[in-house]
Amino acid sequence: MRVLFLFWVALQGPVLFWGGDAEGGAPFVEADPADASKVRGFDVEVAAVIAHGLGRRAQFVQVQWSSIDQSVERGDFAIGMSGMEDTPARRARHAVTVPYFEFREVLAVRPEDAGRWRRLSDLRGRRVATLGATMAYDLLLAAKDSFGVIAVSYDDDVHPYSDLMTGRVDAVLLDHIIAKRRSALHFVIQPQAVATGHYVGVLAQADSVLRDSVNSVLIAAMRDGTLEQIYKRWEVWDASQEDVFRRIIGGGEARGVMRGETVSVGAYLPSLARAAVITLLLSFLSMGIAVVVGLALASARVYGRAPLRILATVYVEVVRGTPLLLQLFVIYYGLAGVVRLPAFLAAILALALNYAAYEAEIYRGALEAVAPAQLEAARTLGFSEAQILKLIRGPQAFRYALAPMTNDFVALLKDSSLVSVITVVELTKQTAIYATNVGSWIVPGLLCAAVYLAMSLPLARLARRFERRWSVV
Amino acid sequence: MTGLLKIDGLGVRRGERHVLRGLSLAVQRGEIVALMGASGVGKTTALRAVAALQSFDAGRIEVDGFALTPGPVPGQSQLGTLRRRVGLVFQAHALFEHLSARDNVTLALRHVLGKTDAESRSVAERLLQSLEVGTRADALPRQLSGGEAQRVAIARALALDPPLLLLDEPTAALDPERRESLGQVLRSLVKDASRGLLVATHDEAFARAHTDRVVKLN
Repeated sequence: MRVLFLFWVALQGPVLFWGGDAEGGAPFVEADPADASKVRGFDVEVAAVIAHGLGRRAQFVQVQWSSIDQSVERGDFAIGMSGMEDTPARRARHAVTVPYFEFREVLAVRPEDAGRWRRLSDLRGRRVATLGATMAYDLLLAAKDSFGVIAVSYDDDVHPYSDLMTGRVDAVLLDHIIAKRRSALHFVIQPQAVATGHYVGVLAQADSVLRDSVNSVLIAAMRDGTLEQIYKRWEVWDASQEDVFRRIIGGGEARGVMRGETVSVGAYLPSLARAAVITLLLSFLSMGIAVVVGLALASARVYGRAPLRILATVYVEVVRGTPLLLQLFVIYYGLAGVVRLPAFLAAILALALNYAAYEAEIYRGALEAVAPAQLEAARTLGFSEAQILKLIRGPQAFRYALAPMTNDFVALLKDSSLVSVITVVELTKQTAIYATNVGSWIVPGLLCAAVYLAMSLPLARLARRFERRWSVV
Repeated sequence: MTGLLKIDGLGVRRGERHVLRGLSLAVQRGEIVALMGASGVGKTTALRAVAALQSFDAGRIEVDGFALTPGPVPGQSQLGTLRRRVGLVFQAHALFEHLSARDNVTLALRHVLGKTDAESRSVAERLLQSLEVGTRADALPRQLSGGEAQRVAIARALALDPPLLLLDEPTAALDPERRESLGQVLRSLVKDASRGLLVATHDEAFARAHTDRVVKLN
């Protein structure tokens, strides 16, 4: 399969893989309304300009926004560009390009509060929302010390504004183009910026030569007006961009605003179907491995000598006692220095090894639930212990284990949504991208729930049928 | 009649408590011996010790020349000879829940004795028919009545044709008519003097009517 993929890539000519998060939405990166499997946005077009300038073709790689830095270092793509802020920390850890866009951190408040909350210092003791792990979040943390502001961190840039309008928070501090994108909610954006920052491309630290080439392309695009045209198309051009360009090359121009278009349900269905297949593949493959590893662990706990029993117990307790999300990060990012697993394989491994611990406990419980008299009866007939496990204890335990195993599989089907944090776009992630695109979770959420139910309900029915047929009492 | 089982001064302790103390008895081929006593007196413990399902602390057990001595129960691999010489019918039958009556009988024939499926099936059908449960061969244990399950359990214990058969409280769940019928079945099992039976029971009337000798445990 991989050979075919590489062959296909070779036929397409040299490729520049770039990473971004389509869940971030317009005007950065969003699913294309005409074809939900493609992306568009000013970051998409800037990436295309860079690729073209390098004599390559741009190929988008979906990655969780908060994971772009790690992904670029582990080589998932050459450059990350999805509203990546220029920060000292990022400059210290990665090779970053020249700034290609200047943004302003602006304060959004409810209309009735517009007169009294104009700046952070007005918000003492008030809850101010923003995206976690951003420059805005750092500003709020600083404001907590100086002004007594309460910082509230979100994982997305939709809920801060909806929570502002419902009164859960008192203000939102985010980039001006994000605030403008959500302005349909009728909040007020205070004109005075709290701070300014820049978006940059992020490359792996070792890729400084490529970074220099990218810089040359960006500067050329600033000089010949290509970037200006892109920003105008996306209505994000303004005078401050002109200043940035001038600072970098010594010339420029100005203005704008843009909002994402909605994707019709029909256009979204093929992506949904593809994502559902990914979810099913992930779930079946992970469960298959989990069953085999779980059986081995359970056998070790029931039949093994003390050291083996202890090892199996430690594995089960450690895996059950730590979050699956953490295990995903460790396997994907933590082990990247030793082995760079492809995201899909890492996802299968993490899910399988996590669920193996739960399966092991189910099988151990099932093995121990077989009546001792059954085992003694087998011993009086001269069966060896291995034969007893294979012919009597195992088959009976399987019946006890079947119902909880099916439950686990349904749970795994849903837990597989967590793997989006390591760049695998499965059903929930695809839905989140779509939801960001249309600005609502209602239709995408209902569609997504329907697909999950269509996958899990037959399993639950199958389990009930097995239970009835193989009832042991 | 020739010696089949010899128990000498059998003692079993659970902690400081004596579950069984100084039991001695013998069973000859062609003989049915009743081991009698009230509940909790150690009848089942004695049978389990003879079947090497539990250890004992004092005395000696010898089954058709195979000796068991005090101490931990030997590993299953060391008990092959004993397993072919002793069959045990559990009080609650302990039929394999996931297998039909026929498969309960054929399982050991196929996997312990290595007989073919056809041979095993033929032996099982013969045993089940002789115990008058031939028509129930395809039934699962949960579909059998108490009396039927007991006969299937006897057929399973006889599959390896052991010379010594142990039965634990075989009349516990039977009505008087079934008890009489069971008595006749037991008698038929020893009629050619190749086999001996040790029956643990607290049913004095059954013991008097259907066994050759009674050993009382106090």
